[in-house]
Amino acid sequence: MGAHSEASSNRLSQPASAAAAHSSAGSAEVRELPGLIACPTCDMIHRAEPPRSGEVARCSRCNHVLIAPRPGSIDRVLAYSLASAVLMIAAIYFPFLELSTAGLEQRMSIIDAISAFSTGLMLPLSIATAMLIVVIPILRALLLSYALAPLRRGRPPFRRAAEAFRVAETLRPWSMAEVFIIGTAVALVKIAGMATVGIGPAFWAFAAMAVILALKDGFMCRWTIWQMLDPRRG
Amino acid sequence: MTARRAGLIGCTSCGRVYTPGATDCPLCGQALHSREPASMQKVWAWLIAGFCLYVPANLMPMLVTSTLGQAMTNTIIGGAVELALHGSWFIAFVVLFASVAIPVGKFLVIGILALSVQYDWDLNRKTRLHMYEVVEFIGRWSMVDVFVVAILTALVQFGFIVNIHPGPAAVCFALSVALTMVSAQCFDPRLLWDSIEEDRIHD
Ligand SMILES: [Zn+2]
Ligand SMILES: [Zn+2]
Repeated sequence: MGAHSEASSNRLSQPASAAAAHSSAGSAEVRELPGLIACPTCDMIHRAEPPRSGEVARCSRCNHVLIAPRPGSIDRVLAYSLASAVLMIAAIYFPFLELSTAGLEQRMSIIDAISAFSTGLMLPLSIATAMLIVVIPILRALLLSYALAPLRRGRPPFRRAAEAFRVAETLRPWSMAEVFIIGTAVALVKIAGMATVGIGPAFWAFAAMAVILALKDGFMCRWTIWQMLDPRRG
Repeated sequence: MTARRAGLIGCTSCGRVYTPGATDCPLCGQALHSREPASMQKVWAWLIAGFCLYVPANLMPMLVTSTLGQAMTNTIIGGAVELALHGSWFIAFVVLFASVAIPVGKFLVIGILALSVQYDWDLNRKTRLHMYEVVEFIGRWSMVDVFVVAILTALVQFGFIVNIHPGPAAVCFALSVALTMVSAQCFDPRLLWDSIEEDRIHD
């Protein structure tokens, strides 16, 4: 029942007897069963045996990726978080797009796009847009940095670091930088006929940030990070 | 062996396995449930609310363009048709896909999955999980059209000559997308694997 190591498609093994493992749990107190991992999408219990670096361990029933350790993962996630924060500041500061037609010129920044809905009853949509494309991406980068920075030097995590990491993960679908970039592309095509459009530095900064955010999320092995955040291990 | 059959509870956030009794995961703070309570009721509530907003989002104007004092409105589909008429087939396709195909597909898929759980339809488990994962992954891309409106509004402001404003559909559509995202998140995928003879007796 050991973990097998075929390249890139390891299936984790089941514990010999999960029921037996907690048969002594007659008392009311809550106990963690160490060394086990429950699949979040199908509830199957597995022995948490990390595969070799670069390989992934999958759920034996639903194929969900449970463990995918990568070398230097923490360093990279921290570097990406820092880079995305810097790029976001540049993206907010510089002009995003410029439009000129018949002697008229118009510049817009990310802030202008956010305040597009700020008239009257649409104000909540402006706030939502600000959250989706600026606040949540930045907040996620900060939460991840807070949770991971001390681990880099082998120090114990900060207070409530595990919670910070969980919130960062929960916010993931609400960080929509890459969707905004596609929206920009569509908007450019829509006005290409009626005016000359110039692309400002903020566009490139924002696009680079969207790519970095995607790379960062693809690179993180959640299970490895949970292990490091667990005060009983380290 | 599933956590439920073993009488244990798995944390959906960090994967730790616990004996019953705790309300929150001691490691990460996530609420601990063997299955999300009233998952299907929540899924339906958010999904129906999202659908109720999706209808006006398609009927009302998304974009208001005024040229020399004359206002012209465009619905979501109208805007895509106009793009196609100007020869931008690919972009028209992207808009239609994000604003029509994804939301409609999402209503259908979440509805079918919820019914399949509630009425124990004998659908392939892996297929159902794939459907769920696709819906959860792709739902946020619907927001594209809202961002298009934001950018056009911010960019095309030439006073009397030509300017663009968002229509009320932008709010309905954005809310509809958000509500269906919440609906998908309330869906506990572990329910897709349960069946009467296996796990559900432990409720
Ligand atoms: Zn699984
Ligand atoms: Zn947890």
